Amino acid sequence: MTDPRSAAASVEAAAAGAHERIVAVLIRVTGDWTLAEDCTQEALAQALERWPRDGVPANPEGWLMTVARNRATDVLRRASVERRKLRELAALSLTGPDVPAARENAAENVEDDRLRLIFTCCHPALALEARVALTLRTVCGVPTADIARAFLVSESAMTRRLTRARRKIADAGIPFQVPGGEALAERLPGVLGVLYLLFTRGYDADGEPAFAEEAIRLTRLLRTLLPQQAAVSGLLALLLLQHSRRAARRDRDGRLVRLDRQDRSRWDRALIDEGLQALARSRADEPYGLQARIAACHATAASPESVDWAAIAGWYDVLARIQPSPIVALNRAVAHGYAHGPRVGLGLLAEARAGGKLDDHPLAVAAQADLTERVGDRDRAADLFRQAAASADGEPERRALLDRAAELTAAVATASPRLFGDARPGGRDDRPTER
Amino acid sequence: MKFMMFVCSDSEPDEDKSDDIERWVADVDGNGRRVLGSALAAPESATTVRVRKGELLLSDGPFTETKEVIVGFDILECEHLDEAIEIARAHPMARLGQLELRPFLDLDHASDD
Repeated sequence: MTDPRSAAASVEAAAAGAHERIVAVLIRVTGDWTLAEDCTQEALAQALERWPRDGVPANPEGWLMTVARNRATDVLRRASVERRKLRELAALSLTGPDVPAARENAAENVEDDRLRLIFTCCHPALALEARVALTLRTVCGVPTADIARAFLVSESAMTRRLTRARRKIADAGIPFQVPGGEALAERLPGVLGVLYLLFTRGYDADGEPAFAEEAIRLTRLLRTLLPQQAAVSGLLALLLLQHSRRAARRDRDGRLVRLDRQDRSRWDRALIDEGLQALARSRADEPYGLQARIAACHATAASPESVDWAAIAGWYDVLARIQPSPIVALNRAVAHGYAHGPRVGLGLLAEARAGGKLDDHPLAVAAQADLTERVGDRDRAADLFRQAAASADGEPERRALLDRAAELTAAVATASPRLFGDARPGGRDDRPTER
Repeated sequence: MKFMMFVCSDSEPDEDKSDDIERWVADVDGNGRRVLGSALAAPESATTVRVRKGELLLSDGPFTETKEVIVGFDILECEHLDEAIEIARAHPMARLGQLELRPFLDLDHASDD
């Protein structure tokens, strides 16, 4: 008799990572996404039921794989589908992870299958939202209800979206494969874009924190599977460096804490170290590597005062060249504002906003407010903070901006140089822009 | 699997106006990826046919009036979508217009969920 709680923990431990391996293998063999997911879910459910009673098997993942495979065989046999699929499923038992002789070879295939699964879920023929949802559901095994909540849609709407995506894969002839040669380099940014979006869904104020962890796990996996791709190292470095601050980003009331006011002792040193190692293998000529360098400037500064803003401003100059966007221009202005003075920052911000770009963008207004405050025009700055708050895109952001306005208008305002925090554009200056 | 590739015009073509359609045709016919294909006469030449309550209704012109019109088609035989995309991207009309890849409906394996 095993303690049910420890059995549940064992199922969870085995499920982490095993889910996508099992689903990927079943998809490759059967070509049926729904069947693969259902059978994997059933295997996990059976484990929850049996392991407390019978004990946790010696090879939990092998057990799960066998149960899922047998279930798939039953379903296919009942539907009397093609013999070839059944034969391949039967052959799986010979190459499964519980046969030592075949283990090495099989392990390689499983790795390939996971990579196939990720690239297929992120296929550009699918809509971006569908890619993110499908990656969460199929690769990470996140329940549909949780995904629906994160996307602010009903569970039935999300179920339909997932069903549509799976049907498109089958009907449009999207292959279950990793693109080869040049196509890999072409498709990789799309995959990284999905992983980054996944991360921000967990990182943002109202997001699901577990998504950020999943994004990091998958990026680590991708780096293991594609060690030659510098952009993967760049993204991994960026995610780790940002995630290292997760414990310090909010105060007890859930308010965002500005970067310069965060308790640096609560930054996760292990993640920073891992991020810096990944950074060393990234390149400064692609967006993720560049943004990771900017994040590293913050992560390695012992205090807010010792942040190398000149270096950050320099990286933003490069980023603005290779990936120009209004948001990058905005962050570049903020960085230059710290490196070379608020008047320089205001000048670049005016350029960034020329022609109505970023109009009513709360981050642009907040940046202008901050720079205006530092130039010394406190009344105008307070007005701008209130204006930014009115169009802020989340309650914590809105409150943080109102706090700034209140500080400026408070009777005993003590003037002190301020750096941007995580709550606002400067704080997001180390955050990549949507791609 | 078979793909119908609709070749369509586009109001925003690429700056690269080079047209090497002969080479594309030679390539896809050479490697057996093209089952059939042709340019089509101008949409004004189209006749749309309908039968309603047993009565034949003919109208002049294509069935949709849009700025983008179908100017040709190719039927491709490919392993999967990625291969069809590689073939489509090499077609000059990928730059000068746009291409729509539509798989033939596989009646034996059509998803029914």
